[in-house]
Amino acid sequence: MFSLGDLYQQVIIDHTKAPRNFGKLEPCNHDAEGYNPLCGDQLHVYLQVNDEQIIEDITFEGQGCSISTASASLMTEALKGKSLSAFQGLFDAFHAMATADMDDKPNEEVLGKLAVLAGVKEFPSRIKCATLCWHTVKSAMENAAQSARTE
Amino acid sequence: MMNIERIRNDFPVLHQELYGKPLVYLDNAATTQKPQCVIDTVRHYYERDNSNIHRGVHTLSERATAAYEASRETIRAFFNAKSSKEVIFTRGTTESINLVASSWGGANIGKDDEILITHMEHHSNIVPWQMLCKRTGAILKVVPMNQAGELDMDAFASLLSERTKLLGVVQMSNALGTINPIQSMIQQAHAVGAVVLVDGAQAAAHMPVDVQALDIDFYVTSAHKMYGPTGVGVLIGKQALLEAMPPYQGGGDMILMVTFETTQYNDLPHKFEAGTPNIAGVIGFGEAIRYIQAIGFDNIVPREKVLLNYATVQAQNFDGLKQIGVAKEKACVLSFVMDGIHPHDLGTILDREAVAIRAGHHCAMPVMQFYKVPATARASFSIYNTEAEVDALFAALTKARDMFA
Repeated sequence: MFSLGDLYQQVIIDHTKAPRNFGKLEPCNHDAEGYNPLCGDQLHVYLQVNDEQIIEDITFEGQGCSISTASASLMTEALKGKSLSAFQGLFDAFHAMATADMDDKPNEEVLGKLAVLAGVKEFPSRIKCATLCWHTVKSAMENAAQSARTE
Repeated sequence: MMNIERIRNDFPVLHQELYGKPLVYLDNAATTQKPQCVIDTVRHYYERDNSNIHRGVHTLSERATAAYEASRETIRAFFNAKSSKEVIFTRGTTESINLVASSWGGANIGKDDEILITHMEHHSNIVPWQMLCKRTGAILKVVPMNQAGELDMDAFASLLSERTKLLGVVQMSNALGTINPIQSMIQQAHAVGAVVLVDGAQAAAHMPVDVQALDIDFYVTSAHKMYGPTGVGVLIGKQALLEAMPPYQGGGDMILMVTFETTQYNDLPHKFEAGTPNIAGVIGFGEAIRYIQAIGFDNIVPREKVLLNYATVQAQNFDGLKQIGVAKEKACVLSFVMDGIHPHDLGTILDREAVAIRAGHHCAMPVMQFYKVPATARASFSIYNTEAEVDALFAALTKARDMFA
């Protein structure tokens, strides 16, 4: 069984208290709003993607719980400088980790630091807190008119 | 005097461990637990009496009908309604309000009429009125509240006018615990000719209500917040109002005579109970009411006050905790936020300490908007909660504070 300490690891507390890449990005050519109607978590992601389809810069703003804030913060660190196809790979790996069976080990080779969020799978009501930011980036990339939702 | 240990023994669900610790259930404003007598009553119905009501001539149907109608009488007496014809069973508070908004509202509300609600209503006492306003061109007005979470009674008085056709007001706020001065509000609303709907979902298990003494036009509540089953509730309405209202839903049981040309509707209360109702739920609801009556509000009200005071003093002395809702008149609810810890994280951390609280907007988003918080944590108490459980809550909060320190 995962303990609370597995979910609220020091890295997560640290990113909650001092989120990286927090704020509006100017200029930016992709952005989207994410919303979790269940708990009211709200965030906005901003991306600057260049002609080579590389994410040159990425930031986020919003309010939410520790898991959603830390997840978004860690995500921005992970995505900066990555190509869009690398994003898709990370998206899939993150999603697989958050919804995996208890015994499955996260793919740390692909996920790197993001693997600290593996604990959420033990807390079903909190999985969406961790995945909201990823869905929001996805909809920013697709330039969706509607805000991303976890529901 | 109440014997809390004996009451706790009536509730089987309380006697279990989560993560190796005894369950501390402090989410009673969301739903209360069920005593053994209610569980047994529902079970007995399904094991011995199950059949449809108001139609069969066989023994089981007669038993089921008798038990169902006995519940109606129990509930009538509990709220002191004038007649059992005024007691309509519904799916719960939400459906009761929708029934009134749709049936009474459809027949009585027109363009530029005003419907007055308050800032601390549950979504179920906001959205049906918004929908009615959208259909009819009526205007929704809102009584403001102060920082303590009390209604602004001067503003209330000035919002009332002959345009006010209905006042919808919550008796006890589920998000704040505030007990509203409904007696005075009803008198003032009646003085301008408005009809009053009182949402008693949060209040009915915690304080006595006499719908005649208070002169309440429509009173609505849910069984599951009163130790009864989910999916059943009641609308108590004045007979004259209910008789003048068109049916809400059409179907079986609400008719006397049907041809393809026309239908003659059934008398009250059946006119508003189309289809096979939640028979087991209604019978269980009656038993839950009898359970409350056996303990008695003379015991319940002072005991719950003592426990809330005990929790409030600890909250006031807890570093980094801010109470949301500190009305002078309040009961059973301790809503709060903590510096640097989101309510959802608190909810998760407390859960692992086996302390069940609610974290979120409590279906009262305008209350959250008023206090400029996305959510609150809420501990809500009931007859079976103890001082030791309050201590467990604050021990768990200390743990959460240390984790985020």
